[in-house]
Amino acid sequence: MDLALTDIVFYVFAATTLASGMLVISARNPVHSVLWLILAFFSAAGLFVLLGAEFLAMLLVVVYVGAVAVLFLFVVMMLDINFTELRQGMMQHMPLGVLIGLILLIELATLAFTWNFGDDVAKNAASPGPIDASVTNTEALGVLLYTDYIFIFQTAGLILLVAMIGAIVLTHRERPGVRRQNIGKQVRRRPEDAFELVDVETGEGVTLPTKKG
Amino acid sequence: MNGEIPALLPALPEIILAIGAMILLMVGVFRGNESFNQVTNLSVLLLVICAVVMVTEVGGERQVTFNNMFVTDAFAVFAKVLVYIGSAVALLISGKFLTEHKIDKFEFPILVLFATLGMLIMVSANNLMSVYVGLELQSLSLYVLAAMNRGRLRSTEAGLKYFVLGALSSGMLLYGISLIYGFSGTTEFDVLATSLSGEGTPDIGIIIGLVFLLSGLAFKVSAVPFHMWTPDVYEGSPTPVTAFFAAAPKVAAMALLVRAMINGFPGLIDEWQQIIIFISIASMLVGAFVALVQTNIKRLMAYSSIGHVGYALVGLAAGTQAGIEALLIYLAIYLTMTLGAFAAILSMRRSDGMVETIDDLAGLSETNLPMAVAISIFMFSLAGIPLLAGFFGKWFIFLAAVEAGLVPLAIIGFLSSVVACYYYLRIIKVMFFDEPADAFEGGHGRSVSIVIGTAAVLNSPVSFLLISSLAGAAAWAANSLLFQ
Repeated sequence: MDLALTDIVFYVFAATTLASGMLVISARNPVHSVLWLILAFFSAAGLFVLLGAEFLAMLLVVVYVGAVAVLFLFVVMMLDINFTELRQGMMQHMPLGVLIGLILLIELATLAFTWNFGDDVAKNAASPGPIDASVTNTEALGVLLYTDYIFIFQTAGLILLVAMIGAIVLTHRERPGVRRQNIGKQVRRRPEDAFELVDVETGEGVTLPTKKG
Repeated sequence: MNGEIPALLPALPEIILAIGAMILLMVGVFRGNESFNQVTNLSVLLLVICAVVMVTEVGGERQVTFNNMFVTDAFAVFAKVLVYIGSAVALLISGKFLTEHKIDKFEFPILVLFATLGMLIMVSANNLMSVYVGLELQSLSLYVLAAMNRGRLRSTEAGLKYFVLGALSSGMLLYGISLIYGFSGTTEFDVLATSLSGEGTPDIGIIIGLVFLLSGLAFKVSAVPFHMWTPDVYEGSPTPVTAFFAAAPKVAAMALLVRAMINGFPGLIDEWQQIIIFISIASMLVGAFVALVQTNIKRLMAYSSIGHVGYALVGLAAGTQAGIEALLIYLAIYLTMTLGAFAAILSMRRSDGMVETIDDLAGLSETNLPMAVAISIFMFSLAGIPLLAGFFGKWFIFLAAVEAGLVPLAIIGFLSSVVACYYYLRIIKVMFFDEPADAFEGGHGRSVSIVIGTAAVLNSPVSFLLISSLAGAAAWAANSLLFQ
């Protein structure tokens, strides 16, 4: 009973993933494509949960749905890309695409059938870290990342830093004459600098200072 | 999964470099682009400090740390010294050019520092994962450096081309790594070596993975057939960046290739040897023949570097200790030749800016004899004419190949270096026997002159005095790699 339920859930998620994947490339409206893509990500996250990899599922939702898909939406909506034009050559290139797909399939099949779980493979693969059933895999991954893989983790951080520096170097432009917010100046500003109390004589009005505040 | 803090001493120079680079980044951020010269000089100082710390504190003994992901030994020390020299010299000769072209951003030295850090990690990688992160840290910095002169179309084109093709090659590398992991259950070099040392033919998956891994690495050393990006990127990038590209990253990628093959796949030598021999022959031939028709000196140097990578790979193809030793000697000599030649290219300036065609060198012997002599020394040395340093490099390489029984490879290498002589000698002919063109302006900066002078002296017959100590150091380094 329990098993059957998992099976049903699996097939629902798997079918949704495949169907929305197909719709991503066949939808006429690119915005709809991105929305289908988000659905595909969500269903794939569901599949991960079924596998017991809840951390990956969360990552998929946070990173892919939260960041990547939104970025795609921005690109689709902000840039003026003529998608019908892009799609024109599709039928023409179809045979080539099918051929490449077929080759990839054959390669994968070759690998799948020759792959054997030899003694060394089993022993080597088991060594990275014993899995304690009592901790969640988010915690287990965190413990591994900050101990055994601290070197890779830190270097990955440096790569991100370089990416940030690179993005600034390649796109930042100094614009002269832009009025920037100077928080220090704003905070230093006192009422005395801004206000002036004037006794207005009846019938004479006020002459405003010409300087703009 | 233990809570102990890993030993930090083996990676001390890298840690100093990483922290120093971030501090200099902060200096640059707060002081703006006026601090360019200051940050550049401090970066050079930082590189020198790291090199000294590495030699005095870490030493040549084999040590592993960070869960066996990072290794340091005599081989690493030798390669890292070359990387430090390459990066520091590239920084020294860049200041004037960048200031003149108004691209004197303080991020330039910072990116060079991070690229250097990536190279150090590559050289010290003892695990396919550290190979990948080191390679990406280096490559990402290099992509940005190539596009540094973003106002110029050629530079942005170079950056984009390098980025797209580099990303493709990283993909191939990762695919190879994942296959190797899938079929062996590990990414650690030492474990791979023991797992794959068994008798009989290895799994087809391992071999496919190895081919992909080699393709990715061949791209990084710009070996044929993965060399297409090199001429365009070298030509389009700002010249000091090209000088940097041609020196340190080549050494690091080559050291990485050697360590991955010798330490990671010693049992599969028959498999990778064939691939290396093919890549080596193709690189030597393309480097010799395609360079014949080049008119731009930076493009010429690009093809020249492809050829030199081919010669260096002969040493790896031999697969013996003598071969690795010859490769290290070759890399050291290549570094001096390349840095000298690029410093000379940086001094090719007229009143209307930099020039970079071979015809601009016409009659240089009459307008500036010392420069003409220095460039001649570099060209003779690059061609491998006896009495100069380049000759020793090729001599050790071919000797190792013949000893390892790869006589055809040595013969092809010799013949292609004869062909390559033509275009190196053509530059000398243009300088000494053609009608003088307009003289070059001075004012390329004192550091450029010093680099040209030092490199010329090192490549001149003075190299006779130094070659035995260089060979001794290379032997010490190669020994640590093969017989741990």
